[in-house]
Amino acid sequence: MATQLDDPRIIEFDVRTDEMLVNMGPQHPSTHGVLRLVLRTDGEIVSEVEPHIGYLHRCAEKIGENLTPRQWIPYTDRMDYLAGMNMNLGWALAVEKLVDHELSEKAKHLRVILAEMGRIASHLVGMGAYGLDLGTFSPFLYAFREREKILDLFEEACGARLTYSYLTPGGATADLPNGWLQKCEAFLEQFEPIIQEYHALLTTNAIFVKRTASIGVMSPEMAVDFGCTGPVLRGSGVDYDLRRDGEERYTEMYDGYAFEVIVQKDGHYPRDHDYPAVPKEAVLGDCWHRFYVRMLEVVQAIDIVRQAIDRYSTASGDYGVPIKLTQKLPKGEAYLETESPRGQMGFYLISHGDSIPWRVRARSSSFCNLSVTSDLCRGCLIADVPAIVGSLDLVMGEIDR
Amino acid sequence: MSGSNLVERLSQQFGEKITGSNLEAIDPWIEVTPQGIVEVTRYLRDDPDLQLNLLNCITGVDYFIADEKKAKKAGWDPHTEVVYHLSSTKNKHTLVLKVMLPRWKDGVEGELPEVPSIAGVFSTANWHEREVFDLSGVMFTGHPDLRRILCPEDWIGHPLRKDYEMPLEYHGIRGR
Amino acid sequence: MSPTVADFFHNSFRLPESLAYLTAAVIHCVLIILVVAVGALLFIWLERKVSGRIQDRLGPTRVGGAFGWLQTLADGIKLIAKEDITPKDADWLLFKLAPYIGFAASYCAYIALPFADGWAARHMNTAVFFILAVLGIEVFSPILAGYASGSKWSLFGAIREAAQVVSYEVPLGMCVVVPVFLCGTMNLVTIGNMQAGLFTNWLVFNDPFTFVIAVVYFTCATASVNRAPFDLAEAESELVAGFHTEYSGLRWSFFFMAEYGSMFLVSGLAAILFFGGWHGPIPIGEILGDFLAYVVTPLVGIVAWLLSFVFKNVHTADHVAVAGHIANSLGCLNFLLKGLIGVTVMMWVRWTLPRLRIDQVMTTCLKYCVPIAAICFLGALGWRVADWTTGADIPLVGIHYGKGGRGMVRESWVEQTQSAKVAENDVPDAPITDPNASDGPTGSVEQSPDELLTMKGGDQ
Repeated sequence: MATQLDDPRIIEFDVRTDEMLVNMGPQHPSTHGVLRLVLRTDGEIVSEVEPHIGYLHRCAEKIGENLTPRQWIPYTDRMDYLAGMNMNLGWALAVEKLVDHELSEKAKHLRVILAEMGRIASHLVGMGAYGLDLGTFSPFLYAFREREKILDLFEEACGARLTYSYLTPGGATADLPNGWLQKCEAFLEQFEPIIQEYHALLTTNAIFVKRTASIGVMSPEMAVDFGCTGPVLRGSGVDYDLRRDGEERYTEMYDGYAFEVIVQKDGHYPRDHDYPAVPKEAVLGDCWHRFYVRMLEVVQAIDIVRQAIDRYSTASGDYGVPIKLTQKLPKGEAYLETESPRGQMGFYLISHGDSIPWRVRARSSSFCNLSVTSDLCRGCLIADVPAIVGSLDLVMGEIDR
Repeated sequence: MSGSNLVERLSQQFGEKITGSNLEAIDPWIEVTPQGIVEVTRYLRDDPDLQLNLLNCITGVDYFIADEKKAKKAGWDPHTEVVYHLSSTKNKHTLVLKVMLPRWKDGVEGELPEVPSIAGVFSTANWHEREVFDLSGVMFTGHPDLRRILCPEDWIGHPLRKDYEMPLEYHGIRGR
Repeated sequence: MSPTVADFFHNSFRLPESLAYLTAAVIHCVLIILVVAVGALLFIWLERKVSGRIQDRLGPTRVGGAFGWLQTLADGIKLIAKEDITPKDADWLLFKLAPYIGFAASYCAYIALPFADGWAARHMNTAVFFILAVLGIEVFSPILAGYASGSKWSLFGAIREAAQVVSYEVPLGMCVVVPVFLCGTMNLVTIGNMQAGLFTNWLVFNDPFTFVIAVVYFTCATASVNRAPFDLAEAESELVAGFHTEYSGLRWSFFFMAEYGSMFLVSGLAAILFFGGWHGPIPIGEILGDFLAYVVTPLVGIVAWLLSFVFKNVHTADHVAVAGHIANSLGCLNFLLKGLIGVTVMMWVRWTLPRLRIDQVMTTCLKYCVPIAAICFLGALGWRVADWTTGADIPLVGIHYGKGGRGMVRESWVEQTQSAKVAENDVPDAPITDPNASDGPTGSVEQSPDELLTMKGGDQ
């Protein structure tokens, strides 16, 4: 170590080893893509973490300045590629906000079904990948097995399995095929009991609890200060969910739906289902709680989809008329955030009256969630870094855009 | 609190630092001078009625048309805007602030316009301001660590400025 | 005493003694290499199959026809064909050497491991000690690999490995000592033979403490061979691939051969120390003893008599020994099955549990395994001193040897060996049902068991 000690007598007490700079990523199994973390470590203890991003930067915002809103939809898919439906929805709503387009009831419920199914699929990946970060492989495949069925449903609805481009400004590109709702219900019926397996393998597993409880504790103030949103924010005990607290244009989709925001209030989570108990070691705002909120949101999403299926099948109106490809946008600017699985996904659209927007901006939730990493990881062990980063459930496509 | 009330209140509090507002827009916004942005955001965050404690987003927007004929028709002078979207997790409301800047500092081409950093008010502003600096070319004074974030560190230019031209070549990779 | 392979060559083919021993050594080596290499092939295939089934997949299905049983061989061929890369920053010699050290250590330990009654490459009175010591050398392989790779992740893996394996040697040693003092010998063949009879004779059921010790032993053994949830040295989500990050091709596969080799080794050791070795849960052979003695043995005798035309020097008494060898083969199968079960449990654990953190691994060792092992050590000692009833006393079938508890087993065994020694010249082969059939001196360098016991403090 290059440090010069002022008092040579204290050298015998200085048992620290050399500090080491280690690159975790961009090619590393646990950084979920191309995140690069520069760790300054003293042995196993991490003293500093510096995230470096931009390896997946695809100039989406710049491209958006040269395309009409409908042409830009495929680019939103590729941002958060694990929740393409939710990204489509966010962009569609932002454009509708600008052109002041009113949706039919049917289109709204259709969107709820797909958005919540997308949330389940995304949280399944988040859960499985988190198990992978902690060194257990099997839950990942159990999660993917179920996600595969959701993707099958999506494929049937829109023809794509990952990049859907299904929900467009004005509604959706097509109605759900015949029999889709029955298949969806059958899937939910089959999927719901399986969540208990996940709880047994991860949530309540002793080693899992040991690895996640009291690790990476984030206070509610800190979470808000760093702009963390979604399960990360609610895992810290902040009662804020855009599906309830968001803008009118978004919350009206969820009007009349019975769901409770998943957050620990007065020391306990909603008790509408049989959830496993919070272990004694867990502290509000730690990795375990972030994971737990995600798991509970899966159950919540199942409930919402069930309600939406009922309402969709009786709703009036059309599934929506997509706005024209070259429709002139009114002058003005609109910003709208939706609750995507990873947090609040905001789209900002400035138009000067052309069919092509003047400026497009995507506010990504993972971007803000990642920015908290260096503060959370200070002083933890190397093995905790994947545990903390994994609990934020990042998608690099969304961060780098 | 209605929009006009809020503007009135902020004007009383900060006087000339509040330079304008547009309450008819889809998202009503308030214009703040660059010098006032730190104080205003801190006030908005701490005020018990407002509690705008969540900074959603900072956006840099470049207003510039290279073609002079079209520029005359545009209806605005070339400038750069920094847009702050704030919301409150407690009171569930949102607010938009705008800071208008010249495209270049003191009109000297290549000198980035400056605005004080609000990274001391919202920690999340740190990365957002880095992104705006990187892509839109706004210099945030007082920022703890103003580096490029999405583009490589040796990238030249700020891609989201309207007069940006893609380099012909970057480390042997063809650009255009 | 039963004739060794060397004796066989010496007597039957009239080879000079030195050449006979060399030939025997080569045969032993080849056999063990087969066990380790074929074992690794089998275990890697098994791991893929087990993990596949655990994860709701099929695993390999194509190569080699049914169940993809040749998958590992195909992988091996691929690995041989791959380029062997040495990083620029690597310490060339150590980098090349490290995998072989690990493989050699894992392989050497097999020398002392008996696969059935007397079926060991080299009979050792200190086999337990030898195996533990040689397995300890294996840790050099990851350390050297990590150090020599010139990669920081590898170095982390190496240091973790060093800290972990060295710590786990302590409780592992304590666990192993318990069967050793219960049986009064370090000779694995003797320990195995003392557990003959009904499964209640197994040391794991000797008393509650040995039961706990067996569990602790298995935990520590899992940790010392770096299997999940203790696979910190190669934790892929943290350290990319740990100490073998920079390895490729065949050299990389040697680490795996060593890993699977030592997995079976520690499982086999557990089988011998706690789970009756090559003795099945129910001594069918002994129940059918009469049948064997009156029906099968004469048949075998005829075969042996026919064989004796080929091998002129076979004694008549060897006819009985042939039947003994058949019983031993079944015992060997028994032992392999037990080892396989141990390995499968390790796989099952690996594909189910998340990985522990390094400090939790050390906590598990120092705060739980060591105290529990120490308490059980004292408990088992106290149990033995107080001479309380043991599992061996449960009179389900009255054919086991330890009528008066484990201690009596040992004493009766000592008496038998002493009398056997007196009559050594008359009866070269012990009867089949004798638990000490092939125990005792087999090579010229070894001591007889009673000499060993006298050496160990004269507790007679």
